[in-house]
Amino acid sequence: MSKAGITVATADPPPPAVRRLPRRRGIELALIVLAVLLSVYGYCAVGLARHGTLPPGAAGYGAGLGVLALLAHLAVRLRAPYADPLLLPIGVLLNGLGLVLIYRLDLETPGDRAAPAQLVWSTLGVALFILVVLLLRDHRVLQRYTYVCVVAALVLLTLPILFPAVNGARIWIRIAGFSIQPGEFAKVLLAVFFAAYLAANRSALAYTGRRIWKLQLPTGRVLGPIVAVWLVSVGVLILERDLGTSLLFFGLFVVLLYVATGRTGWIAVGLLLAALGAVAVGRLEPHVHSRIETWLHPFASIEAGEGANQLAQSLFAFAEGGLLGAGLGLGHSYLIGFAVKSDFILATAGEELGLAGISAVFLLYGLLVERGFRAGLAQREPFGRLLAVGLASLVALQVFVIAGGVTGLIPLTGMAMPFLAQGGSSVVTNWAIVALLVRVSDSARSGHDGQDAR
Amino acid sequence: MTRHIRHAGWFCVLLLVALLLNAARVQVVQAPSYDRNPGNRRPDITRYEQPRGDILVGGRPVTGSRDTREHLRYERTYTDGPLYAPVTGFASQLYGTTLLEGTEDGVLSGADPMLAPFPLWNDFTRARNAGGDVVTTLHPAAQEAAFKGLAGRKGAVAALEPSTGRILALVSAPSYDPQPLSGNGSAAARAWARLTADKDRPMLNRAVRQTYPPGSTFKVVTAAAALDTGVVRDLEAPTDSPDPYRLPGTRTRLTNASKGCADASLREAFTLSCNTVFAKLGVEVGVPDMTATAHALGFGNGELRIPFPVVRSTFDTTLDKAQLALSSIGQYNTRATPLQMAMVAAAVANGGQVRDPYLVERTTRPGGATLATAGSRAVRQAMYPSTAVRLRAMMRDVVERGGGHKAAIRGAKVGGKTGTAQHGLGNSGTPYAWFVSWAQGERDPAARVAVAVVVEDAEARRGDISGGGDAAPVARAVMEAVLKSP
Repeated sequence: MSKAGITVATADPPPPAVRRLPRRRGIELALIVLAVLLSVYGYCAVGLARHGTLPPGAAGYGAGLGVLALLAHLAVRLRAPYADPLLLPIGVLLNGLGLVLIYRLDLETPGDRAAPAQLVWSTLGVALFILVVLLLRDHRVLQRYTYVCVVAALVLLTLPILFPAVNGARIWIRIAGFSIQPGEFAKVLLAVFFAAYLAANRSALAYTGRRIWKLQLPTGRVLGPIVAVWLVSVGVLILERDLGTSLLFFGLFVVLLYVATGRTGWIAVGLLLAALGAVAVGRLEPHVHSRIETWLHPFASIEAGEGANQLAQSLFAFAEGGLLGAGLGLGHSYLIGFAVKSDFILATAGEELGLAGISAVFLLYGLLVERGFRAGLAQREPFGRLLAVGLASLVALQVFVIAGGVTGLIPLTGMAMPFLAQGGSSVVTNWAIVALLVRVSDSARSGHDGQDAR
Repeated sequence: MTRHIRHAGWFCVLLLVALLLNAARVQVVQAPSYDRNPGNRRPDITRYEQPRGDILVGGRPVTGSRDTREHLRYERTYTDGPLYAPVTGFASQLYGTTLLEGTEDGVLSGADPMLAPFPLWNDFTRARNAGGDVVTTLHPAAQEAAFKGLAGRKGAVAALEPSTGRILALVSAPSYDPQPLSGNGSAAARAWARLTADKDRPMLNRAVRQTYPPGSTFKVVTAAAALDTGVVRDLEAPTDSPDPYRLPGTRTRLTNASKGCADASLREAFTLSCNTVFAKLGVEVGVPDMTATAHALGFGNGELRIPFPVVRSTFDTTLDKAQLALSSIGQYNTRATPLQMAMVAAAVANGGQVRDPYLVERTTRPGGATLATAGSRAVRQAMYPSTAVRLRAMMRDVVERGGGHKAAIRGAKVGGKTGTAQHGLGNSGTPYAWFVSWAQGERDPAARVAVAVVVEDAEARRGDISGGGDAAPVARAVMEAVLKSP
């Protein structure tokens, strides 16, 4: 299978000749320092707002985050010197901001301290980042593990069915006091699988099979496995009531299929299937139906005299923030309810940082995604291109689905905001995504991609 | 492939733009309507995050704030709650605010933009100003005297400084303690249920929100109109009035409670409180001039704010002669608040000049620096000064020789007028006892206080109820309290 990735006949004009780009590691270091300083500033601002003094852990927090970021930077300097210099600083800043918000929310819930655990998970995430950058010399190695990836992803996805549901969704497994969301890890594995499979089979997908009206259908033998994998994963997620992630996988599948085959028809088919699926699930699944009702009428529960639901509270929080926000630590996040550190952490950001702050956060994600796409564009071989585009799309879709949900743009689906939200699996996964993007961008920008491997 | 990656990238840009636009919609465009949503607790939380400013009486706060450490953090407290409730009203986290707590809420809660030293800077920092204080015109001793004087009977007292219109006392009985309503717990809800279900209506501010038939105290108005229009030129001349007086156009005969009213002079009729004489005088003055005098004194004004609104006192302007006769002795559709009748007494004491009453002397910043001064209102000449002089003399007669003798104060000039107002179906209700008066100390250049007292149902046999017996001692106590203070 590993040979397939290299022997693809491409119909595109060859990508522009690659020249070595400047390394710009100094800029990366400066941006990392800035990101750490910003996070420490936020941490101090919370302490000052809440207690009138600098929080006792400020120095330790800053040192911890700084050391993690510097180690990651060293790893990049050592093994991926041509990597895009924006990727790591964005990850550090988002993770630091997330830690500040979680620390701030811990103050509202005296019984539940999540920030220390999140710091441990962040450390694990950065460690994974360093490991990937150090050990994975060439991303194309991953192509060898296409089927390992898909089997692992499906196993991870099915595991939670054996464990009890939490808040109506079976997406956690609990081992020795730790709860892990395996679906998060499955995201990356599936992205690798989709990229590798499509890279290997994209000509077959695009040019074989029957033509129905304007759509060239590939043969079942080529399309079959990937559709099967996709159907199984979405099916499992529906069983687990993790609709956000099933939407994410669907989006990832359609985007990669479109990019790999260049057939607009796939988008039409994708939208059609999505619409059918949405109607079917909305009709059949009461859980989803109620979420759609809430989205359409967020204040109906107030009019019914039952008080504000979580979406209404989230909207109130955003409204309270206005243009400039109430200031870190000065909002009333406890009103939002139990998911304030995970699904609804963006509402606190909106309340305390205002439209200005939340726009900055969105633009940070936008920049991360853009750098991912840019790595894909600069990359010459299809697997790397599809991998970068897939990972960047994962981030983009996830941010859109969760942010759109809590701001009332689309129906709410419980998902973790990348890097910001409390959740170990999520933080670790997102560091893995950034690590893979760093790796792809390094190979693209160093100007010798495809040379070593051959 | 490059082209399609770019397409996918543009799709992500589209998602980003949608997120940004939607965030702007929620946080800027829709924010005001979300803030007003009844399910949104944030405005309340911000509001109660800091202690409320205080209401001051005689330089001393009669309110306070208590830190409950709850989400709605500060609760209102009251010292002497029942005594000042008709002035302060209540400030409740559940039921809102009333009276001064309501009309001055902006200053007390700190929301008033005047409190900000630099308003634009505040918009930027979103700091809420500390609450300011409200300094009232109340005279603490007079207020206490009035409260004690009513001593649990149903009624009300209003006292004014005639030359300025400052309200010195405003009491309504039975009263209530606003304290239990402050919070948002079940105790507040229980207190609310108890107070609103009470048939004595303790939360009704009888001094300004309730009108009564003014009865004989209205004869002051009729006498002023008669003198101003020249219907009566000589106080001592006989008025050519029969006893009993047949109401024009009817067979109803109007009688008097006292003897000697037939053909009495205005001075005698005022002292004896002759219904027949004043009914006839009212008819002779006519509707337009009676209305003019009554309105100049404040009747018919539904706009009066002190700063909370005072209900309209009425003198009906569409009357036949029989109705006019009854209206002129404070019956039929004539109704007045106790505050309105205090304004009538104050006008007489102040040379015929009326100033609209007010309760807030000034508002201050938390440190005590003046924020705004209410000051006296415009002057209105309600009757000729000469008429006021003659009325003063007649009112003094009532206290010195007539039914108002219980209001007399040694060493002071006191004028008054009693009233006993019939009400209910066929006058079956326990009559209201009225007394309106003013007092001028020995060394005072002018009258210092004007009072109106109404007692709804004194605990006495019906025959004994009279303004002179029940209401005059209350008025006397209030006047004495004011005169005693330097």
